[in-house]
Amino acid sequence: MTILSGHHLSVILNDQKLLDDVSFEVGAGELVGLIGPNGAGKSTLLKSLLGLQDLSAGHVVFQDKPLTQTPIEKRGRHMGYVAQGNICHWPMTVAKIVEMGRLPYQRLFRQTSQQDRNAVEAAFCAFDIEHLKDRLVSTLSGGERARVMLARAFAGQPDILIADEPTADLDPGHQLHVMNVLREQARKGCAIVVVLHDLNLAVRFCDRLYLLDQGCLKSCGESRTVVNATNMAQAYGIEALIGCHEAQDYIVPWRLTS
Amino acid sequence: MNRLLPLSLTVALLFAMGIGLSVGYTALPLDILWHGLIGEGETGYQIVVQEIRLPRVILGAVIGFSLGLSGAALQGLLRNPLAEPGVVGISASAGLGGVIAIYFGLASSIAWALPLTSMMGAGLAVFLLFGLTGRDASVLTIILAGVAISALAVALTSLMMSLAPTPWAVTEMLFWVMGALKDRSMTDVTLTLPFMIIGWIFILSTARALDALTLGEETARSMGVNLRHVNIRLILGTAMCVGASVSAAGSIGFIGLVVPHLLRPLVSYQPSRLLIVSGLGGGVLLILADIAVRLIPSKPEINLGVLTALIGAPFFLYLILKTRREMR
Repeated sequence: MTILSGHHLSVILNDQKLLDDVSFEVGAGELVGLIGPNGAGKSTLLKSLLGLQDLSAGHVVFQDKPLTQTPIEKRGRHMGYVAQGNICHWPMTVAKIVEMGRLPYQRLFRQTSQQDRNAVEAAFCAFDIEHLKDRLVSTLSGGERARVMLARAFAGQPDILIADEPTADLDPGHQLHVMNVLREQARKGCAIVVVLHDLNLAVRFCDRLYLLDQGCLKSCGESRTVVNATNMAQAYGIEALIGCHEAQDYIVPWRLTS
Repeated sequence: MNRLLPLSLTVALLFAMGIGLSVGYTALPLDILWHGLIGEGETGYQIVVQEIRLPRVILGAVIGFSLGLSGAALQGLLRNPLAEPGVVGISASAGLGGVIAIYFGLASSIAWALPLTSMMGAGLAVFLLFGLTGRDASVLTIILAGVAISALAVALTSLMMSLAPTPWAVTEMLFWVMGALKDRSMTDVTLTLPFMIIGWIFILSTARALDALTLGEETARSMGVNLRHVNIRLILGTAMCVGASVSAAGSIGFIGLVVPHLLRPLVSYQPSRLLIVSGLGGGVLLILADIAVRLIPSKPEINLGVLTALIGAPFFLYLILKTRREMR
């Protein structure tokens, strides 16, 4: 069941085409990856799907209704977004950050309900960060910080989670951890869209992939059909070794095609 | 735990107001004070308490509240611990508004003219600040924009003063530069308090959004925060709070800088919870400063704005050092 879809999305900013006629869809329980070289328009597509980016053409449909007709408060409750960079402007504790996920449900001074506390507790559990509760976000490692920010978004119990490079700057262990958790959440019914730079993670964990290049959709479909030699050469300009281990594909960027 | 801090600050504020009533040219003991306040004492004391000291402490409390609240809100919105109505030129612009009203003789003919022009000056400054800095501006850009706005407002104020028609007007205008609570009357309270209260409501209505902004503008928007509405409410709110405050007491700086900074760790750095406690703390600090001004044996009395600047400016320097370390 499709939960969020974009139809022929185009974004033109200062005469530059950031996104050119891209269509996209994601269903409940699906983990969809967005790949492509730097500046391909991945973040622009995410923001367009969230309604954070003004479109030059096309439209987004969320839960069978045009996104523009969904009030911004309702979007806040049903769509989770983890932006790039995991910004936190004040030295808050992890507990306070994760509680922030409940903000879309709370009133003026953010009085908490039992439901809020339960959801926060569940998010702590899912991302294995209970032991970090009282730490300041500024003292966390990159991997811990990424998990905290994802937990924040999950505490809002969204129907769809959109994450921009959740594995950036993480060591391989933490990358696998984050991807495992995301897949687990998808299996529980949440629709998940992630931007990934690591092609291995993309091909192994995502159900489907969208490959963007220079604002255009190059290829989309099942992961192993998208990550093929031609696509890698055209989009990234690389020659890649694609192999199979334990019935799963892996890919190693080998050399630049010249 | 969540209620303890606002509660104790409220008690502190009431306590400070009590001391503010009793301290002055002659110290009044509690019983005379009370009888003067409820109107059963000697007429002389009654006048001193009700018409001289009461307006002074009420103004101190509400102006302190307004300045503390605006400071906390601006810092939350701009995510910048150095933002403050005085530092970013809002107070100076409100002062300019007031000076213009005096220059054109509006102030003496229409009672509402002063608060209105001050609020317009303040509003223009906040608007300019937002316009100049744009989205997700750095700490430094905001402060520099504020310095420019402040410099312009001060220059225009000086121009008005040098062109002033009478020496009386110059003295009156000077008051806006220095800031003071002396010789205020209940009229000043009734003229400005309504605007401040509306300003408080505007600012407090953004509490939740300020929390969300901690995670950046995009994340805040993704959580259902309408940033445009938040900006408008905060522009109106700070303009009304600072404009009305300045029209009643001139520009009193640094309250909105010092108070939120001291209280922020006590509310776990949560911008929403910082708002009310900063207001209360601002009231306490301003009244205490006003008491100090009265107790310091100097003739004439030191201006309140001068005292807060003397304390606030070194504090600002300390904050710059601290922020510089943290931003590196």
